[in-house]
Amino acid sequence: MITGKAVKNFSINFSQRLNEHAELLGHEKALQRAGLDTDKILALYQTMVLTRTFDSKAIALQRTGRLGTYASCLGQEAIGTAIGHMLEASDVFVQAYRETAALLKRGVKMQEILLYWGGDERGSDYQACPQDLPPAVPIASQCLHAVGIAYAMQLEAKRTGQEQRVCLVVCGDGATSKGDFYEALNAAALWQLPLVFVICNNQWAISLPRSLQSHSQTLAQKAIAADIPAIQIDGNDVLGCYETVQLAIKQARGGHGPQLIEAITYRLSDHTTADDAKRYRTEEELQQAWEKEPIKRLSQYLLDSQRASQSVLDNIQNQCTQDVEAAVDIYLATEPQPCSSMFEFLYQDCPVHLQEQLASLKGENHGQ
Amino acid sequence: MANNITLLEAVNQALDYEMAEDQDVIVLGEDVGLNGGVFRATDGLQKKHGADRVIDTPLAESLIAGMSIGMATQGLKPVAEIQFMGFIFAACDQFICHAARMRNRTRGRLSCPMVLRAPYGGGIHAPEHHSESTEAIFAHIPGIRVVIPSSPGRAYGLLLAAIRDPDPVLFLEPKRIYRLQTETVTNNGEALPLDTIFTLREGDDVTLISWGAMLYETQKAAEVLAEKNIFCEVLDLATIKPIDTKTLLNSVEKTGRCVIVQEAAKTCSVSSEIAAILAEKALTSLLAPVMRVTGYDTIMPLFTLEHHYMPSVERIVATVLDVMEF
Repeated sequence: MITGKAVKNFSINFSQRLNEHAELLGHEKALQRAGLDTDKILALYQTMVLTRTFDSKAIALQRTGRLGTYASCLGQEAIGTAIGHMLEASDVFVQAYRETAALLKRGVKMQEILLYWGGDERGSDYQACPQDLPPAVPIASQCLHAVGIAYAMQLEAKRTGQEQRVCLVVCGDGATSKGDFYEALNAAALWQLPLVFVICNNQWAISLPRSLQSHSQTLAQKAIAADIPAIQIDGNDVLGCYETVQLAIKQARGGHGPQLIEAITYRLSDHTTADDAKRYRTEEELQQAWEKEPIKRLSQYLLDSQRASQSVLDNIQNQCTQDVEAAVDIYLATEPQPCSSMFEFLYQDCPVHLQEQLASLKGENHGQ
Repeated sequence: MANNITLLEAVNQALDYEMAEDQDVIVLGEDVGLNGGVFRATDGLQKKHGADRVIDTPLAESLIAGMSIGMATQGLKPVAEIQFMGFIFAACDQFICHAARMRNRTRGRLSCPMVLRAPYGGGIHAPEHHSESTEAIFAHIPGIRVVIPSSPGRAYGLLLAAIRDPDPVLFLEPKRIYRLQTETVTNNGEALPLDTIFTLREGDDVTLISWGAMLYETQKAAEVLAEKNIFCEVLDLATIKPIDTKTLLNSVEKTGRCVIVQEAAKTCSVSSEIAAILAEKALTSLLAPVMRVTGYDTIMPLFTLEHHYMPSVERIVATVLDVMEF
């Protein structure tokens, strides 16, 4: 057998700024270069705390019968926060369904998120970010929408000469097993689209652990097949997430094609409120994961580095609690949709057969 | 300017017209660019409108449908080709679970003005998975329109309407008659309505309703029956979803009889829906049972047997005679 020489070599790097012990790796100047001054770091902290406060309230609402099945983002606040802070308003964010932190920074109102999980389509009628996509429940399907959006953005920039807008899409670890994920990577690289893929690897796809999802040592390496630059990061390190997402977006905006980030995090919650993770994972594993969660880590860093006092952090928490309560009040006071709304938005112009069925719903005729 | 063109050329002409009129129209699919499509439906479009707007995609049907959805949410008007309808199922998750639902689930914030084109149907001695007629599966799905032309003129006008429609449209092209007949079509950009049955022949005795390539056999049957002094009204359903119930009922109220002709398998098909509409709304007009001439509930056979599967002029004539004698 003839031994071939390597025609291309591949590697996946792991990146981290604030480690599990809240120790800053590298030089402070790296933070400054990324724009991470104390005010910015506190803003990141605020988004994470608001997200967790909201998440906790949403679960309470579900447990008391005032919200439908809800997918918690407990423990995954850091990567979403970084995404939300880095995207420009004119960019497009394509979510899976657990990206609460990013949504809040995009300007999606908490009452809108509650309406969605409360069984009301108006929750996806985002007022603040009209081009962003609603949740994508069929896993990985949103990766292909992001390809089309990035294609439209690339065409627009060519035609108008305006600065390149970018699209950022999030999927989970389970999604990386699906064909849509691979089809999206392949096409995005082929056309060198302004698209950033973020795999939010929370270690669990309902009951299937990461180890049974794929033999690949990293999920980031799946991008190598498409020749997309890829990196693995500590997804619970909000400072590192911020720097990495910033760089990836810069590359995509600058015409260097798609980028992929695998953010290692952990789903501290059940899959949804309809799930019971005790059936398939150990309490010990969960406790270990709590040691690495992002909010405690950043608060410890803020206190240790004397960037903020405990009272500053307490004030942030108090304000977040008030904001969440106010949003819940609006949600609970929202009038239900008229039943006719299930007909009104199917097509721009309601066809005759639907008009007849709507009349039937309203009791104006029978058996139509 | 008027041209004597085939159905296939009419598809090409409509695409070309609308791409020239509206720079947001994008054509994409497998082999649609340099090769002009395996049937040549997109011939010359890439050269004229550029590779940015006539995109040769990788061989991935879910990508084709999924990226079209992304484009459509951002204001483009993608016209995507699935090379054969037999390969459309890989695109169904995207088309059914997202394209059909985008307007509704965002309460009108986003919409999905896309067209999914696919050649469909049998009778051209094609390989496996190249001959099926599964329009009913899509007609069942809320939020999309399903349109099937049966002549060059209607292909031109209906495709223009489909591209301009603000919602997702499945546009199925009966490939058996792609090149069967020519017709003079004026390339003036005039669209046809997407909610209308076209009356191809007037008659008082029995309504024959069909769509796509089967109208060829249906019209021949009407000619044979006219020689027997049985006068058929021939309707082209054209828009499978939503059905123009008014024209259908007007015709059946006049004739009192209806035979539905379709190439697709019988059970839970478009013919079932038409029969149900007549049962609900035309019972007192009916002089005979509504009958169906359809493909069988079998796997579409490979081509040595496909002529046994496809409804023939003889089967249609025989069924109409039964209905007349009831």
